[in-house]
Amino acid sequence: MVATFEPKTDYKVVGTRPIRHDGYDKVTGRAIYGADVKLPGLIWAVCVRSPHAHANIKSIDTSAAEAHEGVFAVITGADMPKAESKLVDLGEGNINFKWASNKLMADKKVLYRGHPVAAIAAIDRYTAEEAARKVVVEYEVLPSVTNVVDALKDDAPIILPDMVGDDLGEDVTNTNMAAHVRHEFGDVAGAMASAAHTVEREYNMQMVHQGYIEPQNATATWDEEDRIKIWTSTQGAFPARTQIAGILQVDVSRVKVTPTEIGGGFGGKIPVYFEPLAAILSKKSQRPVKMVMERTAVFETTGPTPGARMIVKLGADANGKLTAATADIWFEAGANPGAFIGPAAMCIYAPYEIPNTRIDGWDVLVNKPKVAPYRAPGSPQVAFAMESAVNELCENAGWDPLNFRIDNASKEGTRRGDGVLFSKIGMQEVLEATKESAHWNAPIGDAPEGKVRGRGIASGYWFNIGLKSSANLAVNSDGTVQLTEGSTDIGGSRTSMAMHVAEVLGIGAHDVRPTVGDTESIGYTDVTGGSRTTYATGYACWIAANNLVDVLKERVAVLWDINKDDVEFNDGSFSSKAEAQKTIGFKELAGKLDDLGGPANSTGSVDLESAGDGFGMHIADIEIDLATGKSDIIRYTAVQDVGTAIHPAYVEGQLQGGSAQGIGWALNEEYYMQDDGKMANSSFLDYRMPTTLDLPLIETVLVEVPNPLHPYGVRGVGETPICPPIPAIANAINDAIGKRLYNTPMNAGSILKALK
Amino acid sequence: MHPFAYVAPSTVAEAVAELSKHGDRARPLAGGTDLLVKARANVWELDAVVDIKNIPELMTLTINGSGLSIGAGVPCYQVYDNSEIAAQYPGIVDGASIIGGIQIQSRAGLGGNLCNAAPSGDGIPSLIALSAVAKIASVNGTREVAIENFCTGPSRTVLKAGELLVSIEVPKPAANSGAAYTRFIPRNEMDIAVAGVGVFVQLDASGKNFESARIALASVGPTLILASAAGDSLAGKPVNDETIAAASALARDAATPITDMRGTIEQRKQLVEVLTGRMINKAVERARG
Ligand SMILES: Cc1cc2nc3c(=O)[nH]c(=O)nc-3n(C[C@H](O)[C@H](O)[C@H](O)COP(=O)(O)OP(=O)(O)OC[C@H]3O[C@@H](n4cnc5c(N)ncnc54)[C@H](O)[C@@H]3O)c2cc1C
Repeated sequence: MVATFEPKTDYKVVGTRPIRHDGYDKVTGRAIYGADVKLPGLIWAVCVRSPHAHANIKSIDTSAAEAHEGVFAVITGADMPKAESKLVDLGEGNINFKWASNKLMADKKVLYRGHPVAAIAAIDRYTAEEAARKVVVEYEVLPSVTNVVDALKDDAPIILPDMVGDDLGEDVTNTNMAAHVRHEFGDVAGAMASAAHTVEREYNMQMVHQGYIEPQNATATWDEEDRIKIWTSTQGAFPARTQIAGILQVDVSRVKVTPTEIGGGFGGKIPVYFEPLAAILSKKSQRPVKMVMERTAVFETTGPTPGARMIVKLGADANGKLTAATADIWFEAGANPGAFIGPAAMCIYAPYEIPNTRIDGWDVLVNKPKVAPYRAPGSPQVAFAMESAVNELCENAGWDPLNFRIDNASKEGTRRGDGVLFSKIGMQEVLEATKESAHWNAPIGDAPEGKVRGRGIASGYWFNIGLKSSANLAVNSDGTVQLTEGSTDIGGSRTSMAMHVAEVLGIGAHDVRPTVGDTESIGYTDVTGGSRTTYATGYACWIAANNLVDVLKERVAVLWDINKDDVEFNDGSFSSKAEAQKTIGFKELAGKLDDLGGPANSTGSVDLESAGDGFGMHIADIEIDLATGKSDIIRYTAVQDVGTAIHPAYVEGQLQGGSAQGIGWALNEEYYMQDDGKMANSSFLDYRMPTTLDLPLIETVLVEVPNPLHPYGVRGVGETPICPPIPAIANAINDAIGKRLYNTPMNAGSILKALK
Repeated sequence: MHPFAYVAPSTVAEAVAELSKHGDRARPLAGGTDLLVKARANVWELDAVVDIKNIPELMTLTINGSGLSIGAGVPCYQVYDNSEIAAQYPGIVDGASIIGGIQIQSRAGLGGNLCNAAPSGDGIPSLIALSAVAKIASVNGTREVAIENFCTGPSRTVLKAGELLVSIEVPKPAANSGAAYTRFIPRNEMDIAVAGVGVFVQLDASGKNFESARIALASVGPTLILASAAGDSLAGKPVNDETIAAASALARDAATPITDMRGTIEQRKQLVEVLTGRMINKAVERARG
């Protein structure tokens, strides 16, 4: 039985906005990030990378590099342990060690531009770079494919000749199609044939990158006892350990991962890249080895999110009720399988009640970097297609797009595209809040001469995962509490964890000192991702805090020489059930623990199903210069069901951050590929993410429908907000210029073209 | 990055002597905002970097009756913070104040912008439009080259190995003249021009007719383009929508852009036409005071 909780409202700490515990260290530059880690005798390593997107390696000669002064070790694919083909769940996506190992270092073939073919450790970074240029690689260049259409042609070059594809359960060989899945419910063909209104469109999207500010890095030692220690910027020390141990073919207990502070990840720092290479180089050189990635390599070789081709068809009856929907989606996996078609199927129809649905999804290999999770992986893509199609259907039939969404909103019992039936969800509340929002009720205003304005709306959905988390507590004699938890802190989570503990113990948020533990100081904890962290690790903190109360009741019982069951705890104070005037506060008790049995510690752990379904609705106002196609987002609002906002500022930050990334994806971001498989814009100059000057203040409306599965009602919030912006902007552009764009990015050039 | 020697001479003579020792394996260092980026990306393998910021002559800004002299190492902020320059040379300020952000502008200068010779260099079109001249020194003496002839291709200039840009000389603008520069970027700052247009106009005393005009284009060819036909078409014509549109169309014809990740040929040509019209109007407004 899953525990459920009644919503509370009389919180002391939950819902307040204390400054973050890591704030001072971060703004003063004292926080230790991966690149700051320095160890005695540290040496640096760099990779030699393929200039080709697809080629056979005929030979590699590393002798001149090895002879270069200051070089300690050189490795190639031959030094990688031969990992077996085994699928392991990492929380947000799976990993197959065979492909994961090959992705880090090519063996006989390079599969994408920038694919490492060797790595060199030397006395410093520049010496390693100089030596790297002396590695001689002879390539036999093969034709490359960089989009799903070319990749599935009969005569397409085969990227992984030994991959067996899964076509609706049938094995296929000699293919770039890793998987084809289908979910079909109801009489789709019949319902579509009798629909009063239909719309069918094709949508195409380019790959985009997470764009975290801190590049990947790793520092490793491999000692004489075969113990491997890794310091790295990761979204999960334990999942990193699983991957490193799997790729290096050692037991997990041989690997200790210390997570450093992390400068963003958004899913992209779930997979490991440099960690196993640095470890192998350390073993060879007998020195600590450090690697820090250059931005070009971050773009060319670390996880973007899939580019996509999608065909969506919708059918509605004469009264404006959706009756049927079909979707065919092809996602780019990059050079190894795994393109998030599963989540896409779960998300595409989620905001709607549609009786007859089908989705077919294809996971397709291309000669580009292997994709990695990026905030609601797969969902923004299908949201762009679905939410654009919904608006187009409404425009053709003359229906109001917000009322249409209200009339067709999913609710308890609605079947999701993959067949799952919803329990209590907040889509209707989100739509009502949108209708009542200040933004929706404000006129858009007149555009200056030569410009036009438009407003667009769109919904978005992410299912939010649960999984495993651990937390430990220890009472200090001054009445504060040490909290060690396993979730690496990307968005202020350690403060939210401390707040869970403080609420239970009746102390202040700053009376709890949170630390993110390494893999030898805290129990197993899954990734910071999947919108699970505050939900699951917070839940573990709540359990640990309640367990601590239990331990302390025993101490109070000793103090007063009464039975533990006669001790009550309320609002930070212990009292005797028998003698109401007998009380002792948490802080006072903490000071007496030395005489009451010594240290008081506790622990909490969870393994949970889901952090509750997350629905959002965004409103975007755009202004377009008709002569240049330049657009500006002039007002933007994100409405979302967030369960209970533990720290509202961080919840707002998640909504704003997701919106900002979605706006960038909509307007300018893309992998601009040359014919030879080279990404032409692999720098922050030409990979245009929005700056602060490109965004309005993003307004947020927090709809708080407490999640009954969490003691304080927390729901996952971090991923949903990247789903609506792309279609909201497409719909706003259409409102402004009367032209609909079906491909991303919807940049000035495409707007200008549409205006012609 | 290849290891290099760093030298910081205090005279032009020492600097050119140092440069001539290394041929093309040495480069002058002004603000370093292009040079260091390229050295780190291994675009160049340098043996020596010759810092010019200790040479007083190259760090001086002079404005007098005959015009403006901008030392090759003067950073952008000193140019746009100078109220006399802002009043007399607003076109130069338009360019200098959009190169990068505040941090970049406190180091980077117009000399470096010119010698880097990017087709997108935001500092250069106004210098061309204003008929500025580059003063160049080497162990063999000095020479002068019109800015419109200075850049010869992407990252290529008339400078030979061992030559040093000393200053940029801008003549004093005639009465009833005005200049303006703008670029199109997809974002609102920290971006590279998809197209840029610098315009100089001289009006007659009535302010109703053009006497002459010069129009320079950025980012729409392998190097900066002086759109002579477009500028010349305005000479002697009345200031009105028709003449301005005709000149803008000629500027469009002068552009020879490519399609790349920053924009397409069609888009860039259209931008040149639109921006030329906007900048002529702005320059006219400034000329009329
Ligand atoms: C973040 C960022 C943003 C930027 N934004 C813009 C922008 O918006 N617009 C734009 O146009 N540019 C931009 N740039 C490029 C650069 O800042 C400019 O081109 C700048 O004007 C270069 O000046 P500098 O003084 O830093 O030159 P440096 O880097 O010192 O030198 C540039 C080149 O000129 C040579 N050189 C320097 N001085 C001399 C001399 N006296 N004689 C001969 N050769 C010399 C150097 O050897 C080098 O080849 C940007 C750069 C960065 C890093």
